Amino acid sequence: MLKLDSCCKTYRVGAFGGGELLAVHDVSFEVAPGEVVSLIGESGSGKSTIGKMILRLLRVSRGTIRFEGTDISALEGRQLKEYYANVQGVFQDPFSSYNPIFKADRVFTMLRHAYFSELSASKWNAKLESSLDAVSLNPGDVLGKYPHQLSGGQLQRLLIARALLLDIRLLVADEVISMLDASTRIDVLNLLGDLKGRGLGILFITHDLSLGNYISDRTMILRRGCVVEMGATPLVFGNPLHPYTKVLLASVPQLHTKWVGIGDSARRRPDDEIGEGAGALVEIEDGHFVRSTESTTLT
Amino acid sequence: MALRVDGLTVYYQSLRGDVKAVDGATFGIDDGEIMGLAGESGCGKSTLGKSLIRMDARMRYVSGHVELDGVELPIWDDAKMNPFRFVKVSIIPQYALSALNPTRKIGHMATELLASRDIPPDSVLPEFRRRLELVGLPMTVLERFPIELSGGMRQRVVLVLSSLLDPSLLIADEVTSALDVSTQRAVAELLVEFRNRGFVRSMIVITHDLSVLSQIADTILVMYAGKLAEKAAADMVVDSPKHPYTNLLLSSLPEVGVRFEEQRLAGIPGRPPSLLDPPTGCRFRDRCPLAFEKCGEEPPFAAVEPGHSAACWKVAA
Amino acid sequence: MSVSERGDVEIGGRVQPATVEASAPITATGTPLAPPAVAHRSEFLYFAFRNRKFVAGLAVVTFMLALALVGPYLADHKPLEFSGPTDQPPSTEYWFGTTSFGQDVFAQFVYGLRAAFLVGALGGGIAWLLGAGIGFTAGYRGGWVDDVLNMITNVVLVIPTLAILIIVAAYLNVHSYATEAVLIGLTSWPWAARAVRAQTFSLKTREFVDIARLSGRRTRQIIATEIAPNMSSYLLMMFILLFGGAILIGASLDFLGLGPATSVSLGLMMHNAFLASAMLLGFWWWFVPPGVGIIAIVGGLYVMNVGLDDVFNPKLREL
Repeated sequence: MLKLDSCCKTYRVGAFGGGELLAVHDVSFEVAPGEVVSLIGESGSGKSTIGKMILRLLRVSRGTIRFEGTDISALEGRQLKEYYANVQGVFQDPFSSYNPIFKADRVFTMLRHAYFSELSASKWNAKLESSLDAVSLNPGDVLGKYPHQLSGGQLQRLLIARALLLDIRLLVADEVISMLDASTRIDVLNLLGDLKGRGLGILFITHDLSLGNYISDRTMILRRGCVVEMGATPLVFGNPLHPYTKVLLASVPQLHTKWVGIGDSARRRPDDEIGEGAGALVEIEDGHFVRSTESTTLT
Repeated sequence: MALRVDGLTVYYQSLRGDVKAVDGATFGIDDGEIMGLAGESGCGKSTLGKSLIRMDARMRYVSGHVELDGVELPIWDDAKMNPFRFVKVSIIPQYALSALNPTRKIGHMATELLASRDIPPDSVLPEFRRRLELVGLPMTVLERFPIELSGGMRQRVVLVLSSLLDPSLLIADEVTSALDVSTQRAVAELLVEFRNRGFVRSMIVITHDLSVLSQIADTILVMYAGKLAEKAAADMVVDSPKHPYTNLLLSSLPEVGVRFEEQRLAGIPGRPPSLLDPPTGCRFRDRCPLAFEKCGEEPPFAAVEPGHSAACWKVAA
Repeated sequence: MSVSERGDVEIGGRVQPATVEASAPITATGTPLAPPAVAHRSEFLYFAFRNRKFVAGLAVVTFMLALALVGPYLADHKPLEFSGPTDQPPSTEYWFGTTSFGQDVFAQFVYGLRAAFLVGALGGGIAWLLGAGIGFTAGYRGGWVDDVLNMITNVVLVIPTLAILIIVAAYLNVHSYATEAVLIGLTSWPWAARAVRAQTFSLKTREFVDIARLSGRRTRQIIATEIAPNMSSYLLMMFILLFGGAILIGASLDFLGLGPATSVSLGLMMHNAFLASAMLLGFWWWFVPPGVGIIAIVGGLYVMNVGLDDVFNPKLREL
């Protein structure tokens, strides 16, 4: 359904734009219908950039992104609108996603003007109610209110409902729960899991490995713009092969197990030391790819 | 007891009345103890931390006593607290990453800070350098501007600056929240190391992330809606929590290894109550699956077992 | 009990502020979850009219405007008409006295007020449109569009405006206040463009702009419906400042004798008074009214602006 081929994104930096910053380097992957792929990376890994490129909010510098076989960089005008009827995004900060001076349901009316202008009022309301129902929101609680009157969890769910209105095939979820409270996070996460069951493909972008592990079918680990490991989630988490993946997994704080080597100050070394590797992606086991590094051997 | 807090009540003045941010907090911290202060946003943990050093002008002290090393802290008076700040009590404020003045070099900030305490910078500079080296920062960081450092580096600089004068109590407010997972571990371990080396005697680590606390804290204090919910040794809280809120909170955290298809986790329905006009009785009542009539009366925060306190009628001894 | 300058009332040690904050649920930290700047018109009017500075400034400006509109009907003589005895101090017949040429100072004053408001509105308006237009485009588009517009802005900014206006005015022999206003408008927009550009830059990165793009909206629509409304308070204040600034520049030009000579303005009055040595001769009624007039209008506008700052910025309304 969605296919990225050797995508790169470079930014011009420095005075007069002389220098170059490689934000995303040679990233290729696919998302199938009804599949959740998690894109895990730390800040500066380029994961949000990939999400924005898929949403056509940024231009790809090199490489192609194809949706259902069509190259999306060529889309303009009405074709772009059609693309957005199939692919939508939800972002990290629920309060930044709404224009604070308008009511929250304006995000729905914007869609209505663009896509459902012929629909009668009653049909529109019915559609709206069923979308809100799918995200477990009570219309009376959320319609007609300003963003600051609603909670972060409600706002995120409204955005998901908005995406569902269009009957999309792919949702790009960029750190959608990192700004929510712990007790509401899991509800939004479960909602995404339920939607997956209904055939929605999700690109789940996060820095939190436990979340990726919870709902995704396949996982990609990103380091400084390069994919260092990718494969089925149980394989990547159960048998991490790249040194960076191993460091990440070792750093995740778990409730019932202590960090290995905690208190051992000799262990601490700057994170920059772990490179992403310059080699190509090698398939180690079924569907489990790792980027080879020069110095380390893969076991 | 290094720190003793008794009935601390701090409100925020707002234009529609008082926001009862912290209501009657009573607890103690031993010498050398790292206490994790956990809770969700709006529960009052940051307020509690800041009130111990009185760093926020919007807070209004209402009642209560705070005693550090046997001396009462005058937390109701801004000027009287001055001699205690950074010397006895120190804080790494929330958003410290962006709290560093972007137009000042790190070295300048340090000398200014010391000068404000009437301490000649030269007397402390060697120790300062030693500590920077300990946290893995090169000497050159003193010549840099904050924007040239990464988030993790900035957090470490602030950690060193805040603890430079060897305070008895360090309050670390959400110091790991904005960091990547590997840097988070490094900074968290540093906090423990600072305590181990005696740079800081006791510590309060404020965060919403219970998993980080389970790694580094000796005890954990859970707050909900301005009230203390549970306090016990860290592994007691994580393995056998008594308060229903703690229980529900812990079970809503996805751990590596838990997958949606196999085990669907549940959150806590509803929202915390407004603190402008909080409900009488237990503030968790509306969301608690175990609530019964007695919950209309506020449960005391009392010891359920030795070393384990909780504010819940169901588990009260 | 005491009342502070801002209208805050102190009762028994607790301060009750003069204004009420916008309704936003307050978390335990005492900060609203996502404070909007004053969100809707009714709220704006409510807060604005409770702000002393705004009301005072507005009152002065409105009074002068009323004088400008109605005054010419009250004046008995035409402003440039040599109607009476020269150098007369204020009397019942000539309320503001007469000039050295026997002209009615009051008539000149009220017609001059009209010219001032014309220059302010037209000059300020043109500068506002240019500043906002260029600022939004440069800020939203970025890239080379921004680079080019930025260069233009910087060039116009750096040009010594008054010098250019003097040269142009001398060359073109400006005939009407409308022309003068256009010239002023064309040269006083750069700071406004810069400010709008900066704000647009920061608003552009907010995610609601991305959501608008994902809803199929185009650039111009997004600027008009997402970005500009978020800056409405700033745009209003910018207009007030440009309005006042245009009046000042216009008065300066007229004072130097470079404005139109066919009609009368406050600056021109002062120019003539200066030429006739009115100050040395003690004919205060000739130059004091125009001076006071300019100060009153421009000062009133600026005070309104400061008041609006209080109204729009919820943080300034806090305890």
